[in-house]
Amino acid sequence: MTLKAENLHLWRGDRHVLQGVSFAASEGECLQITGSNGAGKTSLLRTLSGLMYPEEGTVTWRGQGIRSDLLGYHSELAYIGHEPPLKGDLTARENLHYWIGIRWPVSQGETEKALERVGAHGWSDRPVRTLSAGQKRRVALAGLTLMMDVPLWLLDEPTTNLDKQGQHLVGALIEEHLSRGGLVVAAIHHDLSVRTTAMRRLELARE
Amino acid sequence: MSDPIAHTGDAVAGPDLNERGTPRPHTKAGTSIWAAAGLTLARDLRLAFRKRGQLVQPLVFFAIVTTLFPLAISPELSRLRDVAPGVLWVAALLSSQLALEFLFRDDAQDGTLEQAALSGQSLSGLLFAKTGAHWLLTGLPLALMAPLAGLSLGVPVASVPGIVASVAVGSVALSLIGSMGAAITLGVKRSGALLSLLTLPLAMPVLIFGARATELAIKGESYGPPLELLGALAVLGITLAPLATAAAVRVNLE
Repeated sequence: MTLKAENLHLWRGDRHVLQGVSFAASEGECLQITGSNGAGKTSLLRTLSGLMYPEEGTVTWRGQGIRSDLLGYHSELAYIGHEPPLKGDLTARENLHYWIGIRWPVSQGETEKALERVGAHGWSDRPVRTLSAGQKRRVALAGLTLMMDVPLWLLDEPTTNLDKQGQHLVGALIEEHLSRGGLVVAAIHHDLSVRTTAMRRLELARE
Repeated sequence: MSDPIAHTGDAVAGPDLNERGTPRPHTKAGTSIWAAAGLTLARDLRLAFRKRGQLVQPLVFFAIVTTLFPLAISPELSRLRDVAPGVLWVAALLSSQLALEFLFRDDAQDGTLEQAALSGQSLSGLLFAKTGAHWLLTGLPLALMAPLAGLSLGVPVASVPGIVASVAVGSVALSLIGSMGAAITLGVKRSGALLSLLTLPLAMPVLIFGARATELAIKGESYGPPLELLGALAVLGITLAPLATAAAVRVNLE
């Protein structure tokens, strides 16, 4: 199970955002994408997810181009962007019920357990718009715990808005995922508190 | 740009490979597209009922337009009856356009549309469900309100089934046409005018056949042929619009 990017070139207008990025990462590994603001971390993650089309280069998963079976690839992928993908007028519980439910059936018990694990149990019945940025991020982490069986995680700044405890929680979730044979690619500004030897780094430099 | 990280090799044997070395399927059975579409429909309906102001906006607009016409034209029922098909259909068309701009915009802004695109489900199916919710929240209520507005314009009670049927079927096509426009203009700020410019020409056949069916119903004649043409447009929309909508959303998510 390998995610491989080969010679990725991506342009946004006249900006050459990705300039020949190549890497390969296998199960049990966490690849940290680092770089200053505007270096292309988010663009790289979006390209790896299949949301963006690079002008040149290929992304392969399990040895096949991701576009040969995009739906199949997406069913093996969990992507969390900058902002937690939550509807402000729904509660945390309702958001998870939909977000995970469209992928596979999720029971109320599983949702409760996930919310409890990330410390979001106390506010799971409040509309998400009333939550702080850190609380919303924890709800997104609850979604991630429900996607533990998804082999590939693409995380964009997963520790943003989180306190120390929350940052350790992210580290613990990643560790658990890696120990199950998962693969994580995370764009970050600060080091993740993950205790694993399978941590690698890809530094992107700004154009 | 940094040096690329060294190549770590091709797929290796691991916990998710079976004895033959081929990937094991996902451990959990996935949600069927029907169930996922049902969840999408239920979520959109729930959201709409939590924003009641937006929910009633098209209906209030429809009621205002159809009420103002008699004041502007003439209180004479025979004259109002003559213009009733046009009034009802123009008002229905414009009302259905009102909520279109926000059909996918909120989801695009809060990232849930992105998650739908990455869910491993058919994006066409999920967007079709969203369009279905739009129809249930605007098209269907308009179809139920149209006879009331028609009666105030002097149409006979016997024409009510024809009016309901034509607006109900025609508004399916309008929602689907609108969904394509909403998807194409997703990346455009304040896209209302552009959206109307794109979708109104496509909606003209619906307007023409819809008004014709309503006119025949009012006259007590058979409105079957124009209603069948409206049905054909709706079927064409159901077949093609979700694919075009999904393609446009994917482009705008890039």
